[in-house]
Amino acid sequence: MTLCFIVLLIAPLVAVAGALLIRRPRIAEYLNLVASITVFAAAVPLPFLVQTPLFFWHDYLFMDAFGCWVALCTAVVYLLASIYAVGYMRLLNEDNKLPGFYALFAGFAWTMLLAVFVNNIGMFWIAIELTTLVSTFLVGFERAAESIEAAWKYIIVVSAGITLALLGTVLLYWGGSLILGPSYDMTWQVLREVAPQMNPVLLKLGFLLVLAGYGTKVGLAPMHTWLPDAHSEGPTPVSAMLSGALLNTAMLGIVRFLAIVDAANIGSLPHTTLVVLGIFSVFIGTLFIVRQEGVKRLMAYSSVEHMGILALGFGFGGVLGIAGALYHMLNHSLNKSLMFFGAGNSMRRYGTKEMPAIRRVLHEFPVSGLLWLAGAVAITGAPPFGLFLSEFSILRAGFAGQNLWAAIVTLTLLIIIFIGFLRHFAAMYFGRRPEATPQGAIASAWCVVPMWLALVPLLIMGLWWPDGLMRVFDGIAHQLIGPRL
Amino acid sequence: MLAAHLDPLAASIFSLITIASMLLSFVMLGSRWLKDYMYAFGVQSWLIALLSALVGYYGHYPELYFIAILTILFRGLFLPYLVLRILRRLHVKRELHLVLQPSTSLILGAICVVFSLVVGFRVSTVIGFPENVVVLALTVMFTMKLVGFLILSVRHEAVSHILGLMLLENGIFLGSQILIPGMPLLIELVVLFDLLVAVACFGVLVRYLLARVGSTSSLELKRLIG
Repeated sequence: MTLCFIVLLIAPLVAVAGALLIRRPRIAEYLNLVASITVFAAAVPLPFLVQTPLFFWHDYLFMDAFGCWVALCTAVVYLLASIYAVGYMRLLNEDNKLPGFYALFAGFAWTMLLAVFVNNIGMFWIAIELTTLVSTFLVGFERAAESIEAAWKYIIVVSAGITLALLGTVLLYWGGSLILGPSYDMTWQVLREVAPQMNPVLLKLGFLLVLAGYGTKVGLAPMHTWLPDAHSEGPTPVSAMLSGALLNTAMLGIVRFLAIVDAANIGSLPHTTLVVLGIFSVFIGTLFIVRQEGVKRLMAYSSVEHMGILALGFGFGGVLGIAGALYHMLNHSLNKSLMFFGAGNSMRRYGTKEMPAIRRVLHEFPVSGLLWLAGAVAITGAPPFGLFLSEFSILRAGFAGQNLWAAIVTLTLLIIIFIGFLRHFAAMYFGRRPEATPQGAIASAWCVVPMWLALVPLLIMGLWWPDGLMRVFDGIAHQLIGPRL
Repeated sequence: MLAAHLDPLAASIFSLITIASMLLSFVMLGSRWLKDYMYAFGVQSWLIALLSALVGYYGHYPELYFIAILTILFRGLFLPYLVLRILRRLHVKRELHLVLQPSTSLILGAICVVFSLVVGFRVSTVIGFPENVVVLALTVMFTMKLVGFLILSVRHEAVSHILGLMLLENGIFLGSQILIPGMPLLIELVVLFDLLVAVACFGVLVRYLLARVGSTSSLELKRLIG
């Protein structure tokens, strides 16, 4: 396990160093690809192997089942996006910038993997801030006015939001220092043990600030404003990484803080707040999905929606809610990568991001068009795909708990999203023939293979929820809820 | 906690420094000249460095002297220097389009102070440390946070946004010196470092904004909506 852990954190760094030192586009490309395959191979067994947390490097890093699960989701997206990037970035015809791109790309993956395993709360904040700094340059990579605008909004909104999380962290540390003395190790575990003796007012204030701060990074409405811009203006592999991996990483922080306040037993305020933010995100997602014109912005708002659903799952809590949310993380990572890949392919082919200009997709992409359509059906939560199962368990957790109203509202909104989302796809697939035949480049096999790799597991996981996974989720849920229940 | 058993002299010096830093954030809020923002921010950083050194002296945390030196170097000298360089390149001297007149934003700032005072007072009472220094530290920490957000929302120049962000972090920095002087050294160091990286990024981005969008005012950033 230690070996897997070391490999996981070293491989992306090797790719960064290689890309920067050798400066050949093809070598950088393949180095990044090899790194992503290595990371994936190292990440797959971890959630199943790690039962009790392992500590490394003077306890600054640690590996628990939850962290390993999020790392697996990150690794999956990193792998898919790296395969896709090989094909997609070649279409841009900017070979001289590619080494820099891949160095940033692998660096971005590394910061996310680091954040997942950080044990110290202050260090977690820094790791999350690092992900922002690295990915800003990826968002602004294409250097069009729109990309720069998106990058600027991204760094300003997210950095400002995340300082709230720092304030919350300071307050929580202060609360702990009143009990443990002025200096102590600010780890998740220590804070959780000391939480029951902390003052509830301070604990609630700290949690709400942290929720607002990391919620900005997760893209929970109303702090989501950076998300559609950043996700739609970066190169497509970056969009997939932002949406499928980065949002989960920030969500991990919120859930760990939630476990801390849960240990203190201070009532339902934290869970209710999370549920309300979740509902509001789904609501905002619905509004903008129905009236959307940009194809990548459609996917971005769908991410806002799905992060809302994740927040609902963790907010409803209980083994069922947490298991559903964890399953949803992986499903969303797979599915959203697939959706962005399809969007990237058609953007290149039709030379536009506007959906009204994208028509008769099947005519242009007989095979990958079908994959994209299946992905669209899957992302709205229709059976027989993975998201149906995970959304279903989250809603079941809602119906079982005290937040029945929330589950009902969500269900209604999900139906509207189903109609709104697929209406766009019906228009793109079966609408009137476009006036001009599309002239853009056709995506190569590099761009289609990852779509298969995303869709097939999604279908399998929709038909069959593996027993081993259930055991992993059960373990994580019990770690998060604690021995109290 | 250190703040609970301070001798009166130290307590009054700490209070004086925190209040002075808060006033400087009002200088930033009330002015429309970009250079004024930067000078106010620089002086504020020096004050915070002084505070670190004093807390280190009274609380016997020798590592805080080190932090004080780093604060002066990074936040007090290097950061203002970088911002000055950006300003020289930009040929922008002041905010051109004001959403709110400085007087209005000052009144809003005052409301922020009152709100922070109420919150700070409530928190410190509940915790059981109703000392003036603690209340003051919490108040100033929240005030600088709110004023920072106010600057971010009513100012449009890219440089104002950068300084607004730095003000947000200064507030936390100042409050944490008094409330939790024992916060592990590593964190504070890395926060300083992080800030530096952030500013470097901003520098690059500002240049691109100018080159591609043609202006550094966020009013021009309206391509992406809906």
